[in-house]
Amino acid sequence: MTIPLQHALYLSALLFCIGVVGVFLRRNVITVFMCIELMLNAVNLAFVAFSRALGSLDGQVLVFFVMTVAAAEAAVGLAIVIALHRHKDSLDLDAFNIMKW
Amino acid sequence: MRSVFDVIAQQPALVLPWIILLLPLLGFVVLCLFGDAIKRDEEDDGAGILATTVVLVSFGLAVWVFASLLAQSPANREGLRFVQPYLGFEWIEVGSFAISMSLLVDPLSALMMLVVTGVGGLIHIYSLGYMAHDEDRVRYFSYLNLFTFFMLLLILGGNLPLLFIGWEGVGLCSYLLIGFWFKKKSASDAGKKAFIVNRIGDAGLILGMALAWNAFGTLDTFELAEHAQNLAYEPIAQAGVVTAFCLLLFLGACGKSAQLPLHVWLPDAMEGPTPVSALIHAATMVTAGVYLVARMAPMFRLSEGALLAVAWVGAITALMAATIALVQTDIKRVLAYSTVSQLGYMFLACGIGAFGVGVFHVFTHAFFKALLFLGSGSVIHAMSGEQDMRKMGGLRAKIPVTFWTFVVGTATIAGIPYLAGYFSKDEILLNAVVRERMPLFWIGLFTAVLTAFYMSRLLFMTFFGTFRGGHDAEHHVHESPWTMLGPLVVLAGACFYVGTLPVDSFLGAAVRSPDQHHLEAPDWFTPTVWAAAFAGILGAFFMYVVYSGLPARIYAALRPLARVLEDKYGFDLAYDAFASKVVVDGSAGVLWKQVDASLIDGTVNGAGRFVDGVSRAARTLQTGVVRAYALVILGGAVALLGYLLWMR
Repeated sequence: MTIPLQHALYLSALLFCIGVVGVFLRRNVITVFMCIELMLNAVNLAFVAFSRALGSLDGQVLVFFVMTVAAAEAAVGLAIVIALHRHKDSLDLDAFNIMKW
Repeated sequence: MRSVFDVIAQQPALVLPWIILLLPLLGFVVLCLFGDAIKRDEEDDGAGILATTVVLVSFGLAVWVFASLLAQSPANREGLRFVQPYLGFEWIEVGSFAISMSLLVDPLSALMMLVVTGVGGLIHIYSLGYMAHDEDRVRYFSYLNLFTFFMLLLILGGNLPLLFIGWEGVGLCSYLLIGFWFKKKSASDAGKKAFIVNRIGDAGLILGMALAWNAFGTLDTFELAEHAQNLAYEPIAQAGVVTAFCLLLFLGACGKSAQLPLHVWLPDAMEGPTPVSALIHAATMVTAGVYLVARMAPMFRLSEGALLAVAWVGAITALMAATIALVQTDIKRVLAYSTVSQLGYMFLACGIGAFGVGVFHVFTHAFFKALLFLGSGSVIHAMSGEQDMRKMGGLRAKIPVTFWTFVVGTATIAGIPYLAGYFSKDEILLNAVVRERMPLFWIGLFTAVLTAFYMSRLLFMTFFGTFRGGHDAEHHVHESPWTMLGPLVVLAGACFYVGTLPVDSFLGAAVRSPDQHHLEAPDWFTPTVWAAAFAGILGAFFMYVVYSGLPARIYAALRPLARVLEDKYGFDLAYDAFASKVVVDGSAGVLWKQVDASLIDGTVNGAGRFVDGVSRAARTLQTGVVRAYALVILGGAVALLGYLLWMR
């Protein structure tokens, strides 16, 4: 039995929305970061599903790109998080509000 | 290509005008570079001797060229062009615009060349004595040589741009020499005034050249004359352009030759050393305007309107300057106004079509006015720098050589028969009669009376009566050295001779006079002119020698009139008012405080303030709250998605 395309897309959309909600509602930097990863992976899922449904490898290729970028982003992002923590002794996003006029 | 030296060796006559022209420049360069080395100690005048030598050598060569020109038959005297072939380059060549490095030697320029180098040489010699005690002699003589070079370039230049370089160059030298004693404020101011007033005229000359290139397609003097002769057969063609061209050139001439209303700089130019006044502001440079008009005579002949303007400006200037000269008390200023007046005479002659006669007066004027200026310099030298005639008097016996040469000069300018000034002035007036320009004749005649009067007044006030300076000054009066008296004697001798030369007919071809008038004087003419000269002299004799109290009484009786004359008809005041009110106040009140401060600064500052304000408003977008940025990104993404889904 094959999973229909629509189901995969619903799951993908759901995961994406969870990620969005997490980004907006959570205050811990790590959590927000993980939510962003979740959104990326939701998109990956949609790519893979389309790839399979259309019988084309293009989607999977794109997924590899996204995963590469996500890995790089994780490296840079976590480094920033550590720097922030050292600077402020906090991981609360609202504490980092000096980047303004 | 033949080398320079081959050409010179084969045809020395081809390079002669160039050598005449470049020798004074060489003198200038040498004096500039090695002047201080030549002037080893305080009493040494090697610089002056060098400067004098180059000019005298130029004079010798000029005589040679002139003689070879005389040897030709009159028909061939139309002009020899000396295009510079030795170095193998044209001067300017841009597309169809080509100007060659060419000199024109025709009777007109040859005559002027003789005057410039001859009278100039005498004035150089005179300067040796006059400037002997000045510590800046090297600078003085280098300027004098530079002036001679530029003046020769002005005269010999075969096309208008070359003439213009000379024209500007002599203006520069005039400025430098008027302000020679630049530590004196009045001298440096006078230099600036001369320079600025001349600029106005020069603008006319530049525009005239542009117009000539546009309309006639050539700037070569020779070709312009040919063109004018062709135009003469079809008078309608280009009539307006020719008139505009002539009037623009005449504007330039007015600036250089101190004609109304640009005459104001010349009296102030007397701040310069007296030999400079004699050389630049009497004998040569100021006559450049007359030279230019005579040079372009074929063009001027085509335009009745331009000739009319030239004649009347000349006549009114002659009369006005002569009246001002009546009340001047500075010996050099009397001569300065006299120069303006005589220049007016020359333009009058040109304006009635007698160009050759105008140049004849330039020629004689160069001698007697140089003589008068150098004589006044000798007087000033004797008076240890005093220029006020009211403090002179009775100098006749103390400085006899100066006195007698001065008498000759005064008699010449007054028009005493059989001296140089009589012939040229007589011919101008006669031409006015023969060509039936009676108003101009009467103005000229009246000016002649005034001329005789104010020059005799100068003579009597300076040399007759009793000494009016202090006792010390009287004790100090001394005759000048022979370097100064020599030129005076030579020039005085020339006054007896140069008037008899047939200059007008010699110039005939150069100024292309179409008809050689046989001037038949009416019976009344000669007695009238004689009477005019003697009336002026006798009037002055009675007023300043016989009844010496009379001038003061007349002055008191005609006080308002005298004030007008002393104010020089208010030209200086008007220009000053114009400069200080309109230019300075207008610049400060309107241009600076209104236009610059409000409009221009307002625009610039306003642009800055506008950007600043918008940025202040816009920067509140940068809240620094990460989630706010995320929200904007989300909003953007949703909006884009919505657009893609529903709007397309």
